[in-house]
Amino acid sequence: MSILLEAKNLNIKFGKESVIENLSFSVNKGEVLTILGPNGAGKSVLLKSLLGLLPYEGEVAWHEKPKIGYLPQGLNQLRVKDLPLTVGDFFDLKNFSIKNKEVERFLKLVGLEKDILFKRAGDLSGGQFQRMLIAWVLISRPDVIFFDEPTTGIDIGGGETIYSLLHNISEKEKITIFLVTHDLNIVYRHSTHVLCLSRKGHYCFGSPKEILDPDALKEIFGTEIKLYEHNINKN
Amino acid sequence: MNQLFLSLLGGIFISGVAGYLGTLMLSKRMSVVAGPLAHLALPGVALALIFGFSISLGAFPFVILGAILIWFLEKKTKLPMENLSAIIFASGVGTALLILPIGEAEEALSGNIMKITLPETLITIFLSIAVFYVITKIYKKMMLMNIFEDVAKTEGINISMCNLIYLLSIAVVVALGVYLVGGLITAALIAIPAATARNLSKGLFSYKVLAISFGITSSISGILISTYLLLPTGPLVILSGVALFLISIIFRKKIV
Repeated sequence: MSILLEAKNLNIKFGKESVIENLSFSVNKGEVLTILGPNGAGKSVLLKSLLGLLPYEGEVAWHEKPKIGYLPQGLNQLRVKDLPLTVGDFFDLKNFSIKNKEVERFLKLVGLEKDILFKRAGDLSGGQFQRMLIAWVLISRPDVIFFDEPTTGIDIGGGETIYSLLHNISEKEKITIFLVTHDLNIVYRHSTHVLCLSRKGHYCFGSPKEILDPDALKEIFGTEIKLYEHNINKN
Repeated sequence: MNQLFLSLLGGIFISGVAGYLGTLMLSKRMSVVAGPLAHLALPGVALALIFGFSISLGAFPFVILGAILIWFLEKKTKLPMENLSAIIFASGVGTALLILPIGEAEEALSGNIMKITLPETLITIFLSIAVFYVITKIYKKMMLMNIFEDVAKTEGINISMCNLIYLLSIAVVVALGVYLVGGLITAALIAIPAATARNLSKGLFSYKVLAISFGITSSISGILISTYLLLPTGPLVILSGVALFLISIIFRKKIV
């Protein structure tokens, strides 16, 4: 498999505070990399730096120029609450024209009915809005997807549907996915690699099986994670 | 050519493009920005009055300069555009108060569309169409930027360029608006039709079409009423817009 992205000696500062220090890792094409870590560890900041939205020191080398789809954390529905934008209009904001049939197909993939197309985006429930955003990112057929806690606010079944969908897409179309999530069950089942960031500036990188043992998790989160073993037993 | 016809023609084009631009400004929560920019036109208008040339001509350089300043300061300081406009506003009014010949200031404050000449009408029509075209080109990009700036960046949108084009469009519309309704109430020409349209529309298409229609309707009715009652035009254009807005409130609940 070919290398898609290499990050070398990455240093990221947020204001004066150093968030990421000397981080190096690489991602191959078609991999699903989950970035794991407690709140404030710099997961979102890392994603933004890889996307070129935040300044960093060190090297981020993309080995090809991919078409990127990005869904930031907690995209605020309040921002569209007052706008006269239907779901259809929202898809129309893309820089290419999309047929309604195509939008309907993607809405269906994320578990939304097609009649939602004519509803105001601001009137959707939080979970519906989030599902719509995922469809919005996927419809551009990106080669690389950056998802920052994409299933926040989506019900349990819905989260499962969406991760299975992402998993299928990445396998079928060789899409590379960068994912931030706190759902260890998802990490274990759907990612090929895990990059963990802990508060101490201590990083680990490897397959989910290597990373997700109770001792390692305790190291990352600074507290015992019981949920994990319970989830593994179910598998 | 008939003066009333020219005034109506000029008014229709200015208010149409102002209404259209207003929909974008409302979604960026920037409707008020047109106000400060219009006030910035006042020193230019003052110079025009002192030296006896067209007030639009006087207004243009100041408003454009103001727009570029806001754009530049936003890039440098990351302060909200709305806040920077307040600073620009103060500079405009401050300067104007020093030099504006108060006795002749009425034209500057409430416009003089009823005195528009044929060449001025033609220039107005040309500029309105040009700005309309430019706004249409950046509309979707601006909308996406307003909602999620980071996503817009990853979709490859040149944010800085769009903002500059957007501010320059505002500047041109404001300078034209000063001609129609005067410096004091130009903001209303941009803000009110969009607000009325938003009350009545569910989607983007009707929002734009209604805002343009309401803008045009209020300028036609303002000009006609002022001709019959021999009252100042600018204020009547704005008050017609306000009347439409009030009516839209009644219908709001039934639609949304």
